[in-house]
Amino acid sequence: MSAAPTRRRPPRVGDQPIFRRTLIGLVLFIGVFLVLAPLVVIGVEAFAKGWQVYSATISHPDTLHAIMLTVLTALVAVPVNTAFGVAAAWSITKFDFWGKRFLLIVIEIPFSVSPIVAGVAYLFVYGLQGIFGPALDAWNIKILFAVPGIILASLFVTAPFVARELIPLMQAQGRDLEEAATSLGASGWRTFFSVTLPNIKWALLYGVVLCNARVMGEFGAVSVVSGNIRGQTNTLPLHIELLYHDYQATGAFAAASILAVIAVFTIIAKVALERRGAGRRASPAARPSLLSKPAENNA
Amino acid sequence: MLPGLRLSLGVTLLYVGLIVVLPLAALVFKASSLGFHDYWEIVSSSRALASYRVTVLCALGATVFNLFFGFALAWVLTRYRFPGWRLVDALVDLPFALPTAVAGISLTALFAANGWFGSVLEKVGIQVAYTPIGITIAMCFTSLPFVVRTVQPVLEDLDPALEEAAQSLGGSDWTIFRKVMLPLLAPALLAGVSLSFARSLGEFGAIIFIAGNQPMSTEITALLVFIRLEEYDYQAAAAVASVLLITAFVMLALTNWMQARALRYTVRN
Repeated sequence: MSAAPTRRRPPRVGDQPIFRRTLIGLVLFIGVFLVLAPLVVIGVEAFAKGWQVYSATISHPDTLHAIMLTVLTALVAVPVNTAFGVAAAWSITKFDFWGKRFLLIVIEIPFSVSPIVAGVAYLFVYGLQGIFGPALDAWNIKILFAVPGIILASLFVTAPFVARELIPLMQAQGRDLEEAATSLGASGWRTFFSVTLPNIKWALLYGVVLCNARVMGEFGAVSVVSGNIRGQTNTLPLHIELLYHDYQATGAFAAASILAVIAVFTIIAKVALERRGAGRRASPAARPSLLSKPAENNA
Repeated sequence: MLPGLRLSLGVTLLYVGLIVVLPLAALVFKASSLGFHDYWEIVSSSRALASYRVTVLCALGATVFNLFFGFALAWVLTRYRFPGWRLVDALVDLPFALPTAVAGISLTALFAANGWFGSVLEKVGIQVAYTPIGITIAMCFTSLPFVVRTVQPVLEDLDPALEEAAQSLGGSDWTIFRKVMLPLLAPALLAGVSLSFARSLGEFGAIIFIAGNQPMSTEITALLVFIRLEEYDYQAAAAVASVLLITAFVMLALTNWMQARALRYTVRN
């Protein structure tokens, strides 16, 4: 942010009032149609048949089960990927080892792979046609078309979220503080919890918020591995599809409205965390790659 | 030497191995078990080729739109202040926060023949829902934030002195924009564009509702994979999915290379 303009600045490129107003108007016009309207239409359609139909859909056992399953998936996937993100960031930023750049690429893969590809890939590991499928079947362990498969697919899709928040930040912070703490006799865990964690807490939370939003909203990967069994393996996004194809558009929008509210709260939390310095104003997926900074930071 | 290398690196490698590498390796293994002839037959079948064409053309259309609209949005958000700009800035992330299935049904509701926009467009003879235009619009929505968020920081860091110098030398705004600013912004724009394109190629949830999903005309590649699975044709699903996977790797390499270039020109102080 620039300081208060005490001295008259010469107009910058594009500062002519006509150009400026036209451009703002044009951008807002398209933005209203492309971004705001889809959000508004969810609420309108959800309540198209009144409050009672809305609350009947939300309180239907199948919807409630879908909500429970979505929350359960998030309760497992978010903490696991948070722990992974912290471990990955600690190993990558606090140590130098061979193959670090390659590891960074592998961590980023889930961002670039289509969710459908992720789902199919899991089929060939745990499905009957897959590597472990026959063995799992013999032991009567169900992973695909069951809750574990949904959780695994969600883990894949959101694996990089927390790691990508922490790695650039911890790289910039360097190793001096941790080295000072351990040289004064603190244990590794103590160093992490009293020295590192306070410095990365907002970025960590930022990653957690975005990871949670993606887990709760994941559709493609989960739809391949879930089997869409109503009342059993339907997450909320899958339940929306099911209702929609059942010609229950109002019900689909009612279920969608829950996810839309979560999305709005995600954005609010994101803005609040950005004010505390987390995230460089971008969702991790839209960020310059981890590789674009030199991986070896000796500063 | 700090403690915890063995634990943290061990956890990281084990997790990445199990969650990311193992499934993708299984997919590649399955696809390669087909043998070159069968593999080629599946991935070059007319239905597969038609799906690549729809996917790539729509993704190109969406990317070109996002190049201009995303750039204009980034410009407006960094260079101008107007009532509500914070709200606009926050809403740019909506396509990332809103689940793709939700975006899919709400875009379909808007652009269907009886929808808010669809009914108006119908009168001028444009059908959006269940046509490639609908696919393109869904892709525009889901990949909107990429160009904005890659260009925004570079635009913010652009030194006003460069513009002032060019102005004092008598350059018009258009010339300054073209000759001074655009070359500095181009790497970030390219990086955003390639991210946006890659995302559009793999998008599924937002598209299937609005696409109509007719083989040969409005069937995207990701959906073809899904349909092959539902037909229990796992080898064909693996083969077509491997095409998407290879494309994703190529795009990943390309974006990494472009972003590395982009950062070379934005030395931050």
